[in-house]
Amino acid sequence: MSTLLERPTSGPARSARPSLLTRLKPNLETLPTLAAVLIFIGMIVYGEIAYGRIVQANTISNLLINNSYLIILAVGMTFVILTGGVDLSVGAVIAISSLVGVMLANAGWNPIAVIVLMIVIGSAFGLASGILIQFFNVQPFIATLAMMFLARGLASMLSTTPERLEDDSPIRALSTEWTLIDGPKINDLVITPNVLIAVVVVLVAFFVLHRTRLGRTVYAIGGSEQSALLMGLPVVRTKLTIYVISGTLAGLAAVVYTSKLGIAQNITGVGWELDAIAAVIIGGTLLTGGAGFVLGSVVGALVLGLMNVLITRDGSIPPEATTIITGGILLVFVLLQRLVVSRKRKT
Amino acid sequence: MSAPRTKKATPFLSTVIHQPYIWAIVALVLLLVINLIKDPGYLGVSFNAGTGNLSGNLIDILRASAPVMMIAVGMTLVIATRGIDLSVGSVMAVSGAVSMQFMSTADGSAGTAFAAAGLALAVSAVLGVVNGLLVSVVGLQPFITTLITMLAGRGLAKVITAGQNTSASNEPFRWIANGTVFGFPVVFVIAAVIVAILAVLVRRTALGLMIESIGINPKAARMAGIRPIGILISVYIVSAVLAGVAGIFSTASVMTVEVAKTGLSSEMDAILAVVIGGTSLAGGKFSLTGSVIGALLIATLDKTIVFLSIPSSATPAFKALVIVIICLLQSQRVRALFARRRAQGRPTPPSSPSAPPNPASTRKETVSA
Repeated sequence: MSTLLERPTSGPARSARPSLLTRLKPNLETLPTLAAVLIFIGMIVYGEIAYGRIVQANTISNLLINNSYLIILAVGMTFVILTGGVDLSVGAVIAISSLVGVMLANAGWNPIAVIVLMIVIGSAFGLASGILIQFFNVQPFIATLAMMFLARGLASMLSTTPERLEDDSPIRALSTEWTLIDGPKINDLVITPNVLIAVVVVLVAFFVLHRTRLGRTVYAIGGSEQSALLMGLPVVRTKLTIYVISGTLAGLAAVVYTSKLGIAQNITGVGWELDAIAAVIIGGTLLTGGAGFVLGSVVGALVLGLMNVLITRDGSIPPEATTIITGGILLVFVLLQRLVVSRKRKT
Repeated sequence: MSAPRTKKATPFLSTVIHQPYIWAIVALVLLLVINLIKDPGYLGVSFNAGTGNLSGNLIDILRASAPVMMIAVGMTLVIATRGIDLSVGSVMAVSGAVSMQFMSTADGSAGTAFAAAGLALAVSAVLGVVNGLLVSVVGLQPFITTLITMLAGRGLAKVITAGQNTSASNEPFRWIANGTVFGFPVVFVIAAVIVAILAVLVRRTALGLMIESIGINPKAARMAGIRPIGILISVYIVSAVLAGVAGIFSTASVMTVEVAKTGLSSEMDAILAVVIGGTSLAGGKFSLTGSVIGALLIATLDKTIVFLSIPSSATPAFKALVIVIICLLQSQRVRALFARRRAQGRPTPPSSPSAPPNPASTRKETVSA
């Protein structure tokens, strides 16, 4: 990473920005993620003191089981935001993908084929966004917004009522609960295949971002797309790839979500793009791209999940207010980012 | 780069290119003709002497176009500054929720209706101020700002009515949606007056130019002495207040606010109307006339689909597809392709002057890509 950024600094004319970036790098990359971890721990401590029964196996298991789809989404969104783009279509892609999946599974299709098709639908939407952005110079948010409208529109063409996956469908097997530690009463440590999928996704994403050329190119594009291009990095191919990754992971999240809930509807996933963006931003990735950690996004997703748990436990906050709180938190974090970045620039 | 050349060659073609909403007018006429084939009396407007009302399908279209027109005009100004306002649909819901909640506990007088509308517009304006401050002063990207207000606004509407679909009864308020002035629907008259005022404001003063200059090049606009903060805040307030008006229009007709459905995916209608009207999503030059025609086209499309009893579930996908296609048409690559093809069509003189710009444009693309 550092070698990639240092090369332009040797040129006298371009020395200002990249050198500043290299100087900022350690702080910008670790500080916000550290803050997210501290907030997560703080929320656990507060929850344990205020409501109790937070630090125990079944709460932790539920947190992971209920948020595995969000973790997968956040990982995909991390790739996109790292390059300075955004993918607004993920929520709608989940709606169309899970609707198609449930309807085909109920029509008697092979479950493996259904799952593959659900993921491919996501990839197709991601590829379409990527082509619009890369070859037609459409701004990322407009291209993915158009895809969001399209996916949502196609979903409402299929059905506007909840479609229920049959209970004996093999897809439901992905949410089988495996008890790892059989605790007293219901206090078991439980995981599902969905959680394992999410963990594998996170590990692969971590490896790709930090140990492969693709990952380095992603960071380089986020730092400065022009520089990345001048350095001869495969910018076009990489940007296409990350939108396909984001779409594919949205399709995978649809599989995970559908197997867990067993219901798909055209309004499934409204606002999940905000949750995913919030998770990424809370986890310390800069909205403008170039700096961040995929593990931070996982922490961000867990912070949002834990927030829901705390709101439910508290009971005095109406559930309708959850989106307001999510929006507020996202806003605070984006403002903090701008503050940190502008302060560092001044000094 | 192709414009001057075509102007010399074929003036008609150039006027078509310079008024992109000509296609919207063509589509509008086409839809009306389709309706006319289905029912030869479709365009008939009858005058009811007893009530002094005009009635007919065209009047229905005008009535239905009013809310779309409001959000489309607001969206035009925001998009012209290189922004976007995704929160219009939610602001509609908030505005409807505020007015219905207020009137459900008050009496049915005209004063209550005024107070309800005023309160609804004030709350909408506050949301607009939030958007505007975050975009201009804080410098957040418009789409993330308005995405937050879009989802939080929907939550706010639900909190205001405690998750219920609140109904109210108030005749003067209902009149806004169902009444008529000189035979025309009140909503359309109000919308037309608001659009006219805005058009005069942006076209007879330097305001429109300032908005366009911010959209074309924010840095150059600031160098030229234009203060972007005030203008940006204003356009987001205008957009939110107009969305509030649209919310009043769409809830007054049924006197119920459906917090989960009022204004849902209205931002798509607004964006569609704007792009149909020829305003580029990349900002800069805008056309209020185009957006109004776009709104009329959307209302006609909606009515036509109901009239021909086509299942309306396909409408959103169709609209989204149109947005994607127009996005493609507005992109440099497709324009360059068209320009090249036009140049090839005329082999004699224009081919030589067109040769230099094409490599230049492709080179620019590869650098920016």
